[in-house]
Amino acid sequence: MSLRAVELLNKVEASSKRAEPLKFEIGDTVNIHTRILEGDKERIQIFTGVVIAQRGGGTRETFTVRRIVAGEGVERTFPMHSPKISKLEVVRHGKVRRAKLFFLRDRVGKKTRLVERRATKKDTPEVPAS
Amino acid sequence: MPVGLLGRKVGMTQIFDEAGTAVSVTVIEAGPCVVLQVKTPERDGYTSVQVGFGEKPRRLATRAERGRMIDLGGKRAKARELQKTPEGPRPGGEPPRFIKEFRLKEGEAAPAVGDKLTVASFAEVAFIDVVGKNKGRGFAGVMKKYNFSGLRASHGTQRHHRAGGSIAAHATNRGWSGRIKKGKRMSGRWGNEQVTVRFLKVVRIDTENNLVLVRGSVPGPPGAYVMLNQTAKKVPVPQVAKKKKK
Repeated sequence: MSLRAVELLNKVEASSKRAEPLKFEIGDTVNIHTRILEGDKERIQIFTGVVIAQRGGGTRETFTVRRIVAGEGVERTFPMHSPKISKLEVVRHGKVRRAKLFFLRDRVGKKTRLVERRATKKDTPEVPAS
Repeated sequence: MPVGLLGRKVGMTQIFDEAGTAVSVTVIEAGPCVVLQVKTPERDGYTSVQVGFGEKPRRLATRAERGRMIDLGGKRAKARELQKTPEGPRPGGEPPRFIKEFRLKEGEAAPAVGDKLTVASFAEVAFIDVVGKNKGRGFAGVMKKYNFSGLRASHGTQRHHRAGGSIAAHATNRGWSGRIKKGKRMSGRWGNEQVTVRFLKVVRIDTENNLVLVRGSVPGPPGAYVMLNQTAKKVPVPQVAKKKKK
């Protein structure tokens, strides 16, 4: 694919990307607010869980969130730029050392918890000294 | 019905529609296409429009390709007049890289030579047909080309694991010819053939960048030249919205 083609594709994709990127990191516990259409009514559903993976690029970028429901592991993969995601809140930062947390799938009970990471420099925007 | 367009396949991507659902789209860079020649029943026996797309460096163009773009003055024009075979008007500009003809229906208004056709003419079109050449696979065996099963891996099979098996026998089904039947599927060149994909939904038209976005795939690799037409299929009348599923 030529460079020009990539540029054109980027232009096309720009229209489908969200203006402000969702801010979270792998290992974070997040609340995802999704718009759901029921008949003619729209309501918001919240899915809470740990972000265990992020993949893809451009408009195809997705992230996977895992949680335990009634003792059963449930994973949902969301398109990063989906307009159906109205809001994403980070509840808790997990201390992790890898990009994919698939090891959580093999863990049960208390072991599924991640050690909380306290706010670091990265989380608080630097205030320029005046 | 607008005259068709010529374009290049840019590539595929994914966008979100108004409802928020992801749609896989092929991006086609189409136009501006120069009208090179308009064929009339009086002179050519049928009606059509010849269009060109892209630019070819003059050093690569043949004399004929260069000549048809410019107005010939001087001696040649005079000679033609004397022969009483007037040429049609010439569009000017650079020789195009890709040239195709679009037939017009009777009574359909033809654009003038030198006119530029752009994606804006497709603004009202909901579905299109795309004609292109699919990816060339070269010399392909029957397993790849026709999904034959091949022969088994062991039990005495030697050097024939991907072979197609028997192609004819018993005087070819008692036809007394003993020849292989016509159309027997065998290995050989595959791909690089003209393919038409009908009824592709136009998702978006970008007049600024000359882009047409259609839902689904289009033949050929990125960069392949394609022809776009308003669909020849009957476009269904939009039904009254059915009861929506959850």
